[in-house]
Amino acid sequence: MRIFEDGQLGAAIGATEAPQREGLKRRDFLKGGAATGFALALQLPLVAPASAAPAGAEFVPNAFVHIAPDSTVTFVIKHHEMGQGATTGLATILAEELDADWANVKIEYAPANTPVYKNLAFGAQGTGGSTSIANSWPQLREAGATTRAMLVSAAAQKWKVAPEQIKVSSGVISGPAGQSAKFGELAAAAAKLPVPKNVPLKDPKNFVLVGKQQTRRLDSIAKSTGKAQYTIDVKLPGLLTAVIARPPAFGAKLKSVDDSAAKAVKGVKFVVKVPEGVAVVATGMWPALQGRKALKLDWDLSAAGPKSTEAMFADYRKLASASGGASANRSEQTAAQLQGAANTIEAVYEFPYLAHAAMEPMNCVAWLHDGIVETWSGHQFPTFDQQFAAKAAGLPPEKVKLNTLVSGGSFGRRANSWSDFTVEAVNVAKAISKLPGGKVPVRVQQTREDDMRGGLYRPQYVHAVKVGLAKDGKLAGWQHSIVGQSIMAGTPMASLIKDGVDETSVEGVWPTPYALPSPSVELHSPTQAVRPLWWRSVGHTHTAFVMETLLDEAATLAKQDAVAYRLALLEKQPRMAGVLKLAADKGGWGKKMPKGKAQGVAVHFSFNTYVAQVVEVSLKPDGQPRVERVTVAVDCGVPVNPDQIKAQMEGCVGFGLAAALYGEIEIENGAVKQSNYHDYKVLRIQDMPVVDVHIVNSQEAPTGVGEPGVPPLAPAVANALAKLTGERVRRLPFARHTFKSA
Amino acid sequence: MLNIKINGEVREVDADPYTPLLWVIRDELGLTGTKYGCGVAQCGACTVHVDGKPMRSCSAPAYMAGGRSVTTIEGLSSPAAKAVQKAWIDLDVVQCGYCQSGQIMSAVALLEAKPKPTDEDINHALSGNICRCATYHRIRAAIHQAAATLKA
Repeated sequence: MRIFEDGQLGAAIGATEAPQREGLKRRDFLKGGAATGFALALQLPLVAPASAAPAGAEFVPNAFVHIAPDSTVTFVIKHHEMGQGATTGLATILAEELDADWANVKIEYAPANTPVYKNLAFGAQGTGGSTSIANSWPQLREAGATTRAMLVSAAAQKWKVAPEQIKVSSGVISGPAGQSAKFGELAAAAAKLPVPKNVPLKDPKNFVLVGKQQTRRLDSIAKSTGKAQYTIDVKLPGLLTAVIARPPAFGAKLKSVDDSAAKAVKGVKFVVKVPEGVAVVATGMWPALQGRKALKLDWDLSAAGPKSTEAMFADYRKLASASGGASANRSEQTAAQLQGAANTIEAVYEFPYLAHAAMEPMNCVAWLHDGIVETWSGHQFPTFDQQFAAKAAGLPPEKVKLNTLVSGGSFGRRANSWSDFTVEAVNVAKAISKLPGGKVPVRVQQTREDDMRGGLYRPQYVHAVKVGLAKDGKLAGWQHSIVGQSIMAGTPMASLIKDGVDETSVEGVWPTPYALPSPSVELHSPTQAVRPLWWRSVGHTHTAFVMETLLDEAATLAKQDAVAYRLALLEKQPRMAGVLKLAADKGGWGKKMPKGKAQGVAVHFSFNTYVAQVVEVSLKPDGQPRVERVTVAVDCGVPVNPDQIKAQMEGCVGFGLAAALYGEIEIENGAVKQSNYHDYKVLRIQDMPVVDVHIVNSQEAPTGVGEPGVPPLAPAVANALAKLTGERVRRLPFARHTFKSA
Repeated sequence: MLNIKINGEVREVDADPYTPLLWVIRDELGLTGTKYGCGVAQCGACTVHVDGKPMRSCSAPAYMAGGRSVTTIEGLSSPAAKAVQKAWIDLDVVQCGYCQSGQIMSAVALLEAKPKPTDEDINHALSGNICRCATYHRIRAAIHQAAATLKA
């Protein structure tokens, strides 16, 4: 997901007033932010978040911190935990400024409350675009420091000393004469004090947690013992399970249904029609599946589409050379530059649809009760999920209560502009609520096949590029045409499309940190019956591949070193050049490789983070690449949790490699060919390379790491393969090709 | 009626004997540490031990568990299991965590059969367990660490 300007997304989805970047005020918190125009414009519930409400003697100085009398510190986490470690990172920032005892830190996930818990990069409550740490950094530092200042004031008053004489370390407050108190002992007194403004933040040189290794993941124990609770694990009295018989092709319409055999299956309680298909609701997953199998359904396939993946590529290739595209960057000089070039590279690239294939297939529990609708799910985008759940239930948004659980992966899938998994659960809950015995909670669980065949893919793309080189090998012209569905078109975010350009389709080609010779970048955004969605690193999934393989090819043609060639184009980009040099240095760039093995390199800037990778690749006996080692250099500003940054770089390498090697969703007559992990292959342990991560020790504000490690991987491997085999890969995945050593 | 010995306790379950063991464990016995990921023995999220051997419970009919001993992540207690879980926590292996019960069940079965596994042994034993977060690098390291502590 792209990074939005402050408030852009909030504005796009209906807010008339862009939210201000502000510190959270106690007054606003107590009112649940009811006073802000943003909340009114969005018609969001104007209630204080239940879990953050002051209770008993708890000290609740702001929306993010509670301190109990027993000194337990609870941090309220406004971002969604899908595995990327945001929970631990955000807690680290709060604990740092508060000087809390990490061993006494607990966390809670924030309720849906856009004014209080909005992502300051979006203006809406939601997680994506690798923004969790970046947008929270100033906000949570202030929240932690303000809380600390109030505890210090309470201690100063009690001990009758100056606040400057008081020290705080690991949850213990100490006075000059040996006085000592734990947070809980001063919580009640601190709660009575006014909330100070403009509290100074720590000098980074005094950090004890940020940038260190002490803060381990807060969810490791629960997730290593089977105790973590996901949507699939929710238990409620009377809870039923539903699966939905869905259209067999995009655009298919239900003609008729015979549910008599399904209703006869033991354990099946209800069969109901919903906009998504026919839901079979049962006492458990197995009877629901048996019931679904017993349905006799007749579908009208006359409007099914698209025709096929190959037909789409043929259309896209034609569009790529047609005029009339939207200009992401207009240059009058390109045609003349290319004509005068000494050498030209012409390339057409093809990228398939990609499924997210997160381990937990999409699911949501919904329950209409007491005039409200309550849901339990991995709500990655609460602002959207709340509004769409309200619409589906026919209730005002303040009658929606979202309970957010951790997700078994998302990679973009759970943040979407339709809230599909939430809406279908509400639809089923609403349909059964009208039937006798149906006023019960229901979990709509997608099977792996439902999840994989349901659309919401990284769109299929074609790039057609002409690159001109001067006699000395320098870039002399760049003409670039991109074809692919817009992720934002037809969604509440469509107003962010500027002059026909959805930035998420072109990001990484334009803008680019490289000093390109005033390139022409055009975009065609055809529509399809398949819904597109962001997929870990969004536009950069394809743009980085094109840019980094073309620059590599240009360097080869210019008979120059691939790293040196790029560095010459990055003279004004010290941070990008920095990671490239670091990866080259640590990865032993240019060292002599044994026969049958080659190095490849790529560097890319995405989500305000710079990542370079040097890979070592050989060929397996079956002609497929084996990526043996990946050296990663990353500059993401202040490294809040170095070990979690490493974990994200490792994970991004594995995720990017899976897509590069095998990732492909194909369509025939509107139906998806792939169905499960046997034909939509993902990475397994034997194919995971050794990953060696080097983090730049930066003082810049922290930026994201959940996505930026993905884009460089595929082009780095392709560049190594070109060296090894002489072949330039223009179509992904690699599994479509058989490689031979040159 | 099915009698299933699970985590040392015999439980009586009113389910069709052909119900996959996974759904009996989750929906009938209420043990949710064992996860559904694919339903066709491709991803390993549902791995449990049946008489000490790893099995994909999504593809094993429940009647097969009759007269045998089933262990889920909730019932792990052996020294190898403790070493594996400790290493998992020490190295912060998990990310989204959804596959990790299955990964751990496979790792424990491996160490119980082979206390000093090689990388090749790990590939063989864990290749049926998918992790979309690709925590494989740390899974391997944690298995080696657990093996080292068991040896010591």
